[in-house]
Order: sequence, then structure tokens, then C-alpha cells
Amino acid sequence: MEMHLVSHADDHQGTRRDFIYYATAGAGAVATGAAVWPLVNSMNPSKDVLALASIRRDLSDLQEGMQIVVLWQGKPVFVRFRTPDEIAAAQDVDVDSLPDPLANSDNLGDEAAATDENRTVSVFDGGEGFEPTFPAGALYVSSGLCTHLGCVPVGESGDFGGWFCPCHGSHYDTAGRIRRGPAPRNLPIPYAVLVEDTVIQLGEEA
Amino acid sequence: MAGIPHDHYEPKTDGQKWLNKRLPIAGLLYDTLFIPTPKNLNWMWIWGIVLVFTLVLQIATGLFLAMHYVADTELAFSRIEHIMRNVNGGAMIRYVHMNGASLFFVAVYMHIFRGLYYGSYKAPREVTWIIGVLMFVLMMGAGFMGYVLPWGQMSFHGTAVITGLFGAIPFVGEAIQTWLLGASAVGQPALNRFFALHYLLPFILLGITMVHVWAFHTTGNNNPTGVEVRRTSKEDAAKDTLPFWPYFVIKDLLALVVILIVFTAVVGFMPNYLGHPDNYIPANPAATPAHIVPEWYFLPFYAILRAFTADVWLVMLVDWVTFGIVDAKFFGVVAMFGAIAVMALAPWLDTSSVRSGRYRPMFKWWFALLVIDFIVLMWVGARPAEGIYPYISLIGAAYWFAYFLVVLPLLGVIEKPLAQPATIEEDFAAHYPKSTGTPAE
Repeated sequence: MEMHLVSHADDHQGTRRDFIYYATAGAGAVATGAAVWPLVNSMNPSKDVLALASIRRDLSDLQEGMQIVVLWQGKPVFVRFRTPDEIAAAQDVDVDSLPDPLANSDNLGDEAAATDENRTVSVFDGGEGFEPTFPAGALYVSSGLCTHLGCVPVGESGDFGGWFCPCHGSHYDTAGRIRRGPAPRNLPIPYAVLVEDTVIQLGEEA
Repeated sequence: MAGIPHDHYEPKTDGQKWLNKRLPIAGLLYDTLFIPTPKNLNWMWIWGIVLVFTLVLQIATGLFLAMHYVADTELAFSRIEHIMRNVNGGAMIRYVHMNGASLFFVAVYMHIFRGLYYGSYKAPREVTWIIGVLMFVLMMGAGFMGYVLPWGQMSFHGTAVITGLFGAIPFVGEAIQTWLLGASAVGQPALNRFFALHYLLPFILLGITMVHVWAFHTTGNNNPTGVEVRRTSKEDAAKDTLPFWPYFVIKDLLALVVILIVFTAVVGFMPNYLGHPDNYIPANPAATPAHIVPEWYFLPFYAILRAFTADVWLVMLVDWVTFGIVDAKFFGVVAMFGAIAVMALAPWLDTSSVRSGRYRPMFKWWFALLVIDFIVLMWVGARPAEGIYPYISLIGAAYWFAYFLVVLPLLGVIEKPLAQPATIEEDFAAHYPKSTGTPAE
């Protein structure tokens, strides 16, 4: 028949050819993905980086009004022994008026409000049976990375007496809550617990 | 090869014919070197050569720096000092490489603004333009990653800020940032991979440079009149053009000599003027420098990043409309990348049929304002984010976007352009009337 002289694309066999094209292209895409993924994944954190889950730090040398910076997982963590004035200033804030009204703490649920209590209470929850060396609400722990772009804010400065980020001008109060500037969230509080009277543990044991 | 009609390579000897049949490389080089080039090109057309020269300079000096450098957080800073103090000529090689980055960006900004003023981005050169914007982005990436390698205070905290930009992307940002850094914070994995990428990117740039040149060798160069070279015949084309070699090569080399005199003076007498003293302090993850600023060439875009804070009504509106997905932080990041993206869209945003700003009386003023805006943004980007400065950043950022999204589309409709010359030859003759005397032999 004359029809057989015309290209294969015009007859019914074309669908079979189409299927082969799609199957080949699909297999090619899967093979490419399978080859590329291990390379992409090799850039994710390696096992030794992930292993540094928790650390402990003795705070017996921490005096009132003093702050230390502890490096945890390569990131700075602020540990501050707040003065009564700083605590009072932080408690005297209407939580609803804050840019970020949530506590942003790994020790509490996602919905916990950013009250001063929620921003500090956690460090006393873990242990039982020991006398805390620090007065209630005095020990403050949070990430030392600005929630804007990750600079390290400077302590005891800014318009609210807490931290001031020199990079883009974010002001945090004495409970590490964002008050003004481009940062969107309060300084995150990592899992933190006093395991002895003056020894703090950051991060849950792996 | 398409393009302006001109003489092509003809192999003459048996050896040339033998090679040409197997690899027509001589023809390719001939067509590239003798490409007809508009004879009215002014001094703003030198920056392309300067850029190619600088890229080669950076690759050459970088290769020898890499022979002495170690990408280890414990060693990187001391290896830089080792290069500065112990390696023979190491201080000079490093200072050339450091300031070479600045020369690179001086040249690229001149090149970009040349294109913006003379309408080089308009049809049929859109592809050349878009490739150029892509190269600009890759250059910024290479520059940024190079600045990380000395592992000083600015290196470290600059990396934290820039990778933090990716962390601002809704939902997937944190995972992307962790993936980029290879850890939850800046450290050894980041330094190691930035070194690898800093070595790779210039070679990618070199490859794309060839595509960039290929594209405008196909369309022909733009020129200060924006009028196309006549392609009706080889003779007509020859009236509008001169071959690239020797005319433009010699001109470009003269310009390069003048630029290199200034460059050498900077390298020799004030090699650290454009850098930051903080980067000579070893990286300390626990303390950010009091006044963190990027290198001067990133400042305009850095200012745009900082301009959009949560108290700007537009930011509040977007935040509300997107149910908080696009917050102030992400908005700033989008604005910074958007400032580059709108440049890429210029060929379609500019509605005027006239290419060159020379014949656009209104455009000239808006363009001048854009140049001033760029300089103001560069200045304000280096100021602290307090007081009046955020407002200046905001106004500057607003004009940057307005120029591309409002001014360029509207001007094409409301502006009445001046008369353009019919040919390049006519423009050239008007500038350089035929002298009556004969040139000295």
C-alpha cells in the first residue's frame, strides 16, 4: 500500500515510537538525578559536624551583670546573669505589642508567648533537687546570632538595653526579644538545662 | 558567519589548506580579529578589553596564590600572612589579586552603564545583555567567595550575612543555608567549598565571555549613535566600520596602559585602601565587628537589601497579603536580587525605538539621576543602619526600581527624540571633517 511509503510518524506505529522516546527521556532524567544527588548531598553536614549535638559549660565564674559567649555547634550562645533592673525592664513589656510575640524557645511549645518568664524559665526546669545558684529569672540563655542575617549582636547596648546588632541595626531587649529593626524573630533559645548547680548543658544529648 | 559583510579568511599555502580542511581555526581567529567595528566608537568602548585583561590577571595571580594557600580554618589566616611575609614576591601578587577585584568591578560598572546609556541592551543585542548580567552575578559570587578565603573577621561575618540571605527564603531557607554551609554555621566546610568554587568560577566566566563575544560579533557592536552599520554590501559596511585589528586593539591597549598606571599606583602605594582593617583580625565566631560592611563594589546592592525594613508600608502590605510568608527579611533579599533582575529585563522594559541616549533629551536626565542614585546607594551602604541613612537607602532603592519599571517604559511613549544621523559614516564625518592637507608620511 502507498501509505507504507510515508514516514512512520503518520501511521499508528507512531505511538509506540513516542512511548520509547518518553521512556528513554524519563530513564535519562532518573539516571541524571541519581548521579547528581550524591554529589549535592555530599555538601550537606557531614557525620562529625552532626555529632557535636550537646556541650556542658561550668558557670561558677559568672557574676551578676556578666555575659559569656559559649560556642555550640560552631555558633555563639549568650549566657547572661541578668541584674534585677534588667529583669524588671524585661517583665514590664506588653507581649502583644512585640514584633514577635512568641517565645521562640526549644524548651517550650511553638505557641508559647514571649513573656520574660518563658524567655528564661527553661534553664531551671531540667534539674531536680538542687538549689539554683541564680535568682529566679536571672539566668538568660539564647542564640547569639541575630535573626536577621546571623551577625553576633553586641551586649548591653541598643535602645532597649539588651543587644544591638551592628550589621543592620536590630535592637533586642534584655530578654532577647526583637524590638526594632529588620530582624523578624526573637533570639532563639536552644535546649538548655542546668545539670548541676552551676553547670549548664546546651542541646539534647544525641 | 552571519553579521556585517566583510572579507573572510582564504587559505593560501598547501599547509594552510591542509589545516583548514581539518580544523578551520585560522578562519575563526581571522574573523574574530578583523571583525568590522563601527568606526565611531568612543572611549566608553574600552571596558570590555579591560574586563578580559582583568579576568586573565585574576586567574594568573590566583593560580600562584593557590600554590601557597591552605583552605583550613586553623591555617588560612596564617597562610595569608605566610604569603605576605615569606613567599617571594607574595605580597605583590596578593595585592594585585586583591585590587584586581576592584579593577574588575570598576570596569564592569562602567561597561554596564555604557550599555544602559547607549541602549546596547536593545534588540537585537538582548542575548548579549542577558549573558552579561549573568556574568555580573557570577563575578559577584567569585568576588564574595574570594573575600572569605583570608578567614579574617570580615570574611567570617560577611559569610554569615550573605549565606543568611538564603536562609530568609520561606520554608526551605534554613535547609538551603545548611546545605550551602555544610553545617549549621560558618566553618571548615564553608571555607573548603568556597575555595573550590572560587577557583572554578573564573573559568566558567572565561567560557561565558566567549559566548558574550560570539553574541555581539553576530549582531555587530552597538556604537554611540545607536545607528546600525549598513549591511547592504561589503562596500557600504566598510564606510561605517574599521577592522578590529589594528585600529581598536591599539586604541584599547592605550586605554589599558592609562588604567594600569592608576592600578599600579594603587597596588604600590595604597594596597589596603579599598579593604577593611578588620579583615586583618583572625575570624572570631563569638564577636561581629562593630561596623560590618561589604567590599565597596557590593555596597549599592547591600544598601537596597537594608532599605526595606518592617516599618516600610510596602513591606507591611506584602507581609499582610502573603500571610507573613514574605516578611521584611525576605523582602530585602528579593529586593536585592530584584535590583539585578530588573537590569536583565531592560530590553523589554525600554519602549523607546531610539537606542542611543544621545538623541533622547528626557532620557539623559533620568539616566544621569540613575548614575547619581548608584553612587548615593554606594555611599549610604557603607553608613551604619541608623538615623537618616535607612531613609536615604529607601529613596535610592525606590528610584533604582522606578527607573527600570516606570521611567523606561513611559519615556518611550512621551519623549520626542532628536533626529539621528542616517549612517555612522555621516556621524563620523561630522565629528572628524576631512582635512585638506595630506597626512605626514
